[in-house]
Amino acid sequence: MIDWLHPSIYYIFGALLIPFLRGRVQRAYLMLIPVLGVATVLSMSPGSFWHYKFLGVTMTFGAVDKLSIVFAYVFTIMSFIGIVYALHVDDSGQHVSAFLYVGGSLGVTFAGDYFTLFVFWELMAFASVYLVFARRQKASIKAGYRYILVHMFGGVCLLGGIILHYLGTKSITVGPVAHDGSLAFYLMLTGVILNAAVPPLHAWLTDAYPEGTVTGSVFMSAFTTKTAVYVLVRVFPGTELLVWLGTIMALYGVVYAVLENDSRRLLAYHIISQVGYMVAGVGIGTELSLNGSVSHAFAHILYKGLLFMGAGAVIHMTGRSKLTELGGLYKTMPITLVLYMVGGFAISAFPLFSGFVSKSMVVAGASHDHWPVVALLLTMASAGTFLHTGLKLPYYMFFGKDSGIEAKEPPLNMLIAMGMAAFLCIGIGVLPGPLYDLLPYPVHFAPYTGEHVTNSLGILLFTGLGFFMLLRKLDPEPTISIDTDWVYRKGSRVFMWLARKPIAEGDTYVGDLYNTFFSKYTLSISNFFARVVDLRGIDGIVNGVAGFFISLAGTIRVSATGLVRNYAVTMLVGGVAIVSYYLLTFLMRL
Amino acid sequence: MIKRIVLYIGDPANAKTLRRLGYLALAVVFVADFLVHRAHAEYIWDKIPGFGAFYGFVSCVLIIVVSKFIGHQCGIMQDEDYYDD
Repeated sequence: MIDWLHPSIYYIFGALLIPFLRGRVQRAYLMLIPVLGVATVLSMSPGSFWHYKFLGVTMTFGAVDKLSIVFAYVFTIMSFIGIVYALHVDDSGQHVSAFLYVGGSLGVTFAGDYFTLFVFWELMAFASVYLVFARRQKASIKAGYRYILVHMFGGVCLLGGIILHYLGTKSITVGPVAHDGSLAFYLMLTGVILNAAVPPLHAWLTDAYPEGTVTGSVFMSAFTTKTAVYVLVRVFPGTELLVWLGTIMALYGVVYAVLENDSRRLLAYHIISQVGYMVAGVGIGTELSLNGSVSHAFAHILYKGLLFMGAGAVIHMTGRSKLTELGGLYKTMPITLVLYMVGGFAISAFPLFSGFVSKSMVVAGASHDHWPVVALLLTMASAGTFLHTGLKLPYYMFFGKDSGIEAKEPPLNMLIAMGMAAFLCIGIGVLPGPLYDLLPYPVHFAPYTGEHVTNSLGILLFTGLGFFMLLRKLDPEPTISIDTDWVYRKGSRVFMWLARKPIAEGDTYVGDLYNTFFSKYTLSISNFFARVVDLRGIDGIVNGVAGFFISLAGTIRVSATGLVRNYAVTMLVGGVAIVSYYLLTFLMRL
Repeated sequence: MIKRIVLYIGDPANAKTLRRLGYLALAVVFVADFLVHRAHAEYIWDKIPGFGAFYGFVSCVLIIVVSKFIGHQCGIMQDEDYYDD
């Protein structure tokens, strides 16, 4: 009997069969893989499985505990919802890369050592980039290349950190690392927070996610950042730096979301904002706040997937993603609007929706551990979340001025996928118990107290009041926002200018100097060597050696006649001489 | 059913009714915050009734004004073809 099965087996090896299937069979098979994945996670119990010796270290593929199981649950569930949303897509490559991507995430989740973790980490980056390329537009191809280059940089940081960590501690077991401020610690942290999209290392996300395919971005919104959050919870709990980085993140995303015009880019900025709560929770590092980070990651994957599905449905049906070009869709896409709004209420943490029971845990974690300013700033960010995701985006997409677009509801599979995500968003909000039971630490937290409900509703509804009062100020503008990707998009031009102008000219100048001073003198010196040393000395020696060998050859030529019988006689004489020598010495010894 | 509710909300003719409902909701939430029992108050603002409403409104206004200021005055917002050439 098999004691444990890695769910990535289905996703990675199962994906290889997808291109050979067609039509209904393929669609059934696509749904079967995540069903098997969820079933595998359901039957799992903590333990350590699948160890392999490789190059003198033990690789562990199955380190299973409560923390890895809860992430595996949400990853497999989301993969099912995501593939249902993508069932109409007739591009096997996208399905294959989506499943490889999920397989990578699960591989990281169950990795017991850093080398295994790193291998799956890279698989995620390389599998997911195809979901951007697959949109087959110039902007997507460019964004995809930037995406993969930034992730390669992050991967190199992580690997460098892992190697230094291994050299320092002789251990590659995944677990909390010492906050010793060593280079290994900071390199690993950099690699991980790059994937968690912590500013200033976040721009790959808002650059690439809005350029991905409608269905591919749903997968992307769920896996990369949350896998990074998992690793942060596992490896860096209680790293104080993360409290501040997380708080800055939460507000950073909100500020950019005000300025953003592209619907999916606005949502992408809110991924950064929401992951900020999780990062801050990891930094605080108490049981309450770590539970908060994990439960928020769980809830976030579902509601953010739902929001990306809603925005994606609009893009799929209208071909437009800019808020300035959309509006008035409520008449033709009411079901999409309602399902989107469930996601909007969930991310805004309305009571009875999933965000309410998870986000508040992080904020409470900050309060209880004496971070009042952090708690206040995170609360401010949650007002901003409702402002954009729950008010601005749906208002300008579905209401606002009528754009006159003739749209329809999206295909049924898209609506069903959104319905499933919406069901879970409400389910978790109404009955948080099952999710709380999955969390790594025992939960002593009651979200539904009178004061918490009225306080949250006060924040949210009065944010709404502010929104409608300042509505005209919020009208989307047809602009893009400069972010830190400027450094490698425009900054690379500075580099190229440097290469072309000062460096190239400097090179010419040095070349001239070399010609004038160095070449001239070396040439005259080599001239002297050529005439005197070479001609008299070296040539003389070479000629002398050659003359000696010519005379030697003349002598040898006499004996080397080329006649076989002469050689045979010589060999015979030699053979007799050797045998008689040994015979003689043998007789002498007697 | 869902469609009828959405169409009702979207119809400009009902804007006045919806606005009144909105004000009612604001009032109810604001008053309710004075009536709830506060067991877990940790900081001074946890004890002030109506603080959530005040803080939510201030946050909203601050976020909009500050973000737009940064966007327009610090050169963050650029034309859509900024990166093309």
